[in-house]
Amino acid sequence: MTAADLHKPSATADFVHGHDEPHGHDDHHDDGIPHASFRDYLIGFALSVLLTAVPFWLVMNDVLPSKQVTTAVIVVFAVVQMLVHIVYFLHLDTRSQGGWNMLAAIFTVVLVVITIAGSLWVMFHMNENMMPMSPHEMRIAP
Amino acid sequence: MTPASAEPRSELATLLFGRLSLDSIPYHEPIILVTFAVAALAGISVLAWITRARAWGWLWRDWFCSIDHKKIGVMYMILGFVMLLRGFADAIMMRAQQAIAFGDSAGYLPPHHYDQIFTAHGVIMIFFVAMPFVTGLMNYIVPLQIGARDVAFPFLNNFSFWMTTAGALLVMLSLFVGEFATTGWLAFPPLSGADYSPGVGVDYYIWALQIAGVGTLLSGVNLIVTIVKMRAPGMGLMKMPVFTWTALCTNVLIVAAFPVLTAVLLLLGLDRTVGTNFFTNDFGGNPMMYVNMIWIWGHPEVYILILPLFGVFSEVVSTFSGKRLFGYTSMVYATVVITILSYLVWLHHFFTMGSGASVNSFFGITTMIISIPTGAKLFNWLFTMYRGRIRFELPMLWMMGFMFTFVVGGMTGVLLAVPPADFVLHNSLFLIAHFHNVIIGGVVFGVFAAVSYWYPKVFGFHLDVFWGKVSFWCWQVGFLFAFMPLYVLGLMGVTRRVSHFEDSSLQPFFIVAAFGAVLIGCGILASLIQFYVSHQRREQLRDVSGDPWDGRTLEWATSSPPPEYNFAFTPRVHDIDAWWDMKRGGYQRPTAGFMPIHMPKGTSAGIILAGISAVLGFALIWHIWWLAVTGFAGLVGFAIFHTFNLDRDFHIPADEVARVEDARTRALAATGA
Repeated sequence: MTAADLHKPSATADFVHGHDEPHGHDDHHDDGIPHASFRDYLIGFALSVLLTAVPFWLVMNDVLPSKQVTTAVIVVFAVVQMLVHIVYFLHLDTRSQGGWNMLAAIFTVVLVVITIAGSLWVMFHMNENMMPMSPHEMRIAP
Repeated sequence: MTPASAEPRSELATLLFGRLSLDSIPYHEPIILVTFAVAALAGISVLAWITRARAWGWLWRDWFCSIDHKKIGVMYMILGFVMLLRGFADAIMMRAQQAIAFGDSAGYLPPHHYDQIFTAHGVIMIFFVAMPFVTGLMNYIVPLQIGARDVAFPFLNNFSFWMTTAGALLVMLSLFVGEFATTGWLAFPPLSGADYSPGVGVDYYIWALQIAGVGTLLSGVNLIVTIVKMRAPGMGLMKMPVFTWTALCTNVLIVAAFPVLTAVLLLLGLDRTVGTNFFTNDFGGNPMMYVNMIWIWGHPEVYILILPLFGVFSEVVSTFSGKRLFGYTSMVYATVVITILSYLVWLHHFFTMGSGASVNSFFGITTMIISIPTGAKLFNWLFTMYRGRIRFELPMLWMMGFMFTFVVGGMTGVLLAVPPADFVLHNSLFLIAHFHNVIIGGVVFGVFAAVSYWYPKVFGFHLDVFWGKVSFWCWQVGFLFAFMPLYVLGLMGVTRRVSHFEDSSLQPFFIVAAFGAVLIGCGILASLIQFYVSHQRREQLRDVSGDPWDGRTLEWATSSPPPEYNFAFTPRVHDIDAWWDMKRGGYQRPTAGFMPIHMPKGTSAGIILAGISAVLGFALIWHIWWLAVTGFAGLVGFAIFHTFNLDRDFHIPADEVARVEDARTRALAATGA
């Protein structure tokens, strides 16, 4: 049902602004949808292949000295991979939809960070102050 | 009332009916039986009345299937009022029980029933009274205020409404089939887990909220897109009316917060149904994580409820003071700051769970900080009134009642924000008094202000002033009687959710509180009488101008009630108070040159999808798996089927627009306007 309607916003969008009097829409003249070039998709594809292949190589050939370092590097690659997808495939930039897309993305990231970081902080605190829950924990308690 | 009946059930019965059996119907409880009889009688008489008036076709076509944002807004408000009656019935039952259950007297409610009542009261008042009211107001007013013809996704709007109604239906059904949760309105595990709540109560809770939550989330998306994309030309963000601003922030909060509720209830549902261990006591589960997560949704929810009403008060105070709102820019920034800060305070709901000093102080301080933008708003309203020509109409009365009541509630909130003080006050009646103080003083008074303010716009006639004043004074005085004793009791250490007391020295306080609840009941009754009387006297109370209060924003530019298409010509905006500016600039209503108007068409898909969802919810609650699978398949199938319905729009011909507009021109001329 939602997808069905998403095909239709033009119906509502134009019955509001379509035919009263010719006027410029206040914030943007284009359709607001970013148009990506073939080149962008190619760059995105190459980058994601690279960002996938390198971690595999790191793990399979034991390139780095310790597991911790490998894990850290993979996490960094994963984050960069997400950014590549968002920029090259989801076309997030500062211009699309008059900047609203970027604003929404920033807001989302802030809230997700607050939620995850806050929950971790709170739950670790709770855990620290909690009485041991099981006989097993009781035995290993300091 | 657990479904475990005396003799084991046959496998066939379990397969066909899951946990549902004749024992699930609480016919052995006289209170519920009487309630059922009364509800059935009322229901049958309403149905009979509709049938006699031959109104079914009209109701179905013009209302149930309508995707006009105005009609959907009105239906939301009606849902809110109906559920308010149910929620209030719960409230008065609790007050009556607590007023008599002392010492040897056990009161008239068994503890199990009492627990269901306080849970249902909380769930209904938040999810099915306050939320429909808020959503209904935004639905009706926002498109008018921004000069749009409908919301961005009109069908989605209808679907959202019916999903909310389906959720409400399940909660109501739990009264007569099975039981409701006995866990309190947020259903904390482990109490709400399968071990301690084996019955269907918590399942009713989970699935009612999940289904209603779909509606809330989609309507949030819908209104954000509407506000961002469909404003009249010239209406930059900083020229939006304050109510629209608060609606935007509220819907951003909805879209950001409700998925957390959906996720956490899903996990709880998995724990209960398929035996996972997210929130159980053992096997690595952690009930505290549930509390943490649900309050990450729960605190923004509080601001979802109050922000739109802050917008209402801003509109009301500037209209009835005859002045531009004092500090428009600071009002907008205060709203945005509250939106962000509301995500940084959730832990203040569980200071006592044991987070330690650093966490508690951080959240205590953020909580105190959030009172600063709220305080700024109050000063803005005061300065708007200062040297204004104040008209003491009904909306203004509610507004001033709000300022008085809400400030008291806000200050007790700051007291509770101090972690050491919270260790004394947590879970006490002081807390109950505090949040009723802000929710009744803020949300309820705001809704009544909004209803009396916009009623002439919606129906074309004013509300009766006398009964409105009766309602206002009953609510205001009743509130004080009902909740001030609770502050005292809370300070003395009386905890919430108790159905029987030993210490009879507390009884006078509870009797005063019960008296207050009766007064509030009179307030609700008075407002019902007000609707009836106003309808009877509608010819005397008629407003033809469309602008009865000398309003300032665009909704007053069109007729009352507005035509289906809202505005024959999209207005052009040059100023914050667009309509005020147009009136000062010698605005002439266009009377010629009408064009056909492209409109969305009504559809029954929303009500059908929501109906299937309600059946699916019922099947999941009672573990009727074949019905659940069928329901889910039906839901997906019908949604796909609906995408092939291409008959979705039509044009209102130019002649028709001209006819409607000419009728208005003649009506205006007749009044000499």
